[in-house]
Amino acid sequence: MLQQLANGVFQGSVYALFAVGYALIFGVLDILNLAHQAVFMIGAFAAFWILTHLGANMVVAFLGSMVVCGLLGILLDRVAFAPLRRRRDTHFAGLITSIAAATMLEALAQGYFGAQDNRFPLDAVPSRIYTIHGVVILQLQLIILAVSLLLTIGLTVMLRATRLGKAIRAVAENPRAARLLGINVEWVIAESFFIASALGGAAGVLYGMLYSFSPTVGHDLELKGLAVIILGGMGSIPGAVIGGFVLGLVEVASIGLSSTSNLRDAIAFTLLFLVLVARPNGLLGRRAVREA
Amino acid sequence: MGGLQNFYAAHQALIYFMGINALLALSLYFTLAAGQLSLANAAFMGIGAYTAALLTIKLDAPFALAIAAGALLPALVAVPLGLPVLRLRGVFLAIATIAFGEVVRIVALNWGFTGGALGLSGIPAKTHLWHIALALVVTLYVLWRIRGSRMGYAFEAIREDESAAKTMGINTTYYKLAAFVLGAAVAGVAGGLSAHFIFFISPNDYGFSQAVDILVYAIVGGIGNFLGPVLGAWLITLIPEYLRSAKPFGVGAGWETLFLNGLILLLVVLFLPNGLVSLFGRFRRRPAPAPKAEESIVDVESAQA
Repeated sequence: MLQQLANGVFQGSVYALFAVGYALIFGVLDILNLAHQAVFMIGAFAAFWILTHLGANMVVAFLGSMVVCGLLGILLDRVAFAPLRRRRDTHFAGLITSIAAATMLEALAQGYFGAQDNRFPLDAVPSRIYTIHGVVILQLQLIILAVSLLLTIGLTVMLRATRLGKAIRAVAENPRAARLLGINVEWVIAESFFIASALGGAAGVLYGMLYSFSPTVGHDLELKGLAVIILGGMGSIPGAVIGGFVLGLVEVASIGLSSTSNLRDAIAFTLLFLVLVARPNGLLGRRAVREA
Repeated sequence: MGGLQNFYAAHQALIYFMGINALLALSLYFTLAAGQLSLANAAFMGIGAYTAALLTIKLDAPFALAIAAGALLPALVAVPLGLPVLRLRGVFLAIATIAFGEVVRIVALNWGFTGGALGLSGIPAKTHLWHIALALVVTLYVLWRIRGSRMGYAFEAIREDESAAKTMGINTTYYKLAAFVLGAAVAGVAGGLSAHFIFFISPNDYGFSQAVDILVYAIVGGIGNFLGPVLGAWLITLIPEYLRSAKPFGVGAGWETLFLNGLILLLVVLFLPNGLVSLFGRFRRRPAPAPKAEESIVDVESAQA
């Protein structure tokens, strides 16, 4: 039971880190960035490339991958979202352009790396195992938990305390008013995309440390990420973090209860569905992002 | 005539898929016309496919009955689903319907009755081209009749401004649900028909990526007009096939096709915001403003002189 709980927390931390990027973009632009899962995938592959081609260590690969994904995020915004900003139906159009961008990234990854499953080189990934009161914990899981907590806390502090964070919140609140106050809105949006995508890429690297990955690895995460931001309230950063952990725990709990592990996704999505119908604003409510 | 028959034999599957995909795109058009972004139609298609296929395999039911049941069951499911879900707006409705689709897919994956992950195989080949054509014509006729009707105006009013429509006394819940249920039935027919010519179905055929494909057909074609989705579905079904056979870049199937699909999608949405159908309107209207522009240039020049 304790073991399940621990696994749920570790799994949840990856979900949380992934969903935070979703939530940040939704909070700032009110759009759903369906290419976030492709950025996540590229994150894993970029680290893989740095590890295998440059022979660098994991820390370098992790940071390098975050920078690559951050820049990719800015490009994504320029190509898929910026041209739509003055349109009325950004919702529909933004969904489609982000799907298109995701498809292209997936195709490129498939063309360069092939469609098969990949793994990080074994010696690059920390492999110690601890046993505490009968609970088996990988050193890797602890690192993943620590890194994702660090990044999400860092993001929260940044949003709350720095000038950039204030600008991001102002744009989220009202882009027009922000512009009138002298904030360079396009620049703030670009920075938001950089941060969100760097975090998505970081989630990809952490995922890649635990599991094998192929160019379609983001598909599952995409739907789970949606579940997480719904649970937490769209656009709420702390909500996304809590939602991530809730989903991780619900998943392991449902494996424990239902014996057929395939049903765990059904339980997660039923939960999502119920939350959406009963509390469309999520568990923490939509406005939470403004106070984040 | 022999040439035509050869062509048909070689491309039969492609032509069938063009018809099915056009039906699917139209099924989504019902909800899009009422301004609702629902992504449940892949799941409705799956429910229709499984219903019809199980009826013909297990009970040896007549084909017409199987297809009718394949339309009815999704429509019946759509009522209790639509009532709570259609209160949600925009992206929230999309996400709720995605969640519904995932639940349906996962249940089908784990249920022995539906064959689980192995799916259903050995579905008898009963679909002929005229079945698909008939379904398409009937759907288009229904949409054409709706257009000028009370329901059509209600859809339009809801799409433009739901609160205003409600204030005007339009029963928005009723009309949104009607669009949802009709779309579910059409998607169910498409599912039933396709199951009876691909012989094998599995739950993953009706997942999120199928839902996205349907959306793409409709948006690329354009949703200002019910011919748009048909056009979009045809074009997007044809492109990969064309790329594979013509090999204009010396490429086979695979990542290049995937990449080009994404690129075309992106370009269409960025540069043709109203979809491919807007191209026709553009060509028709272009001659009119041209002389005016010339006039103004002349005016400016004469003024400067």
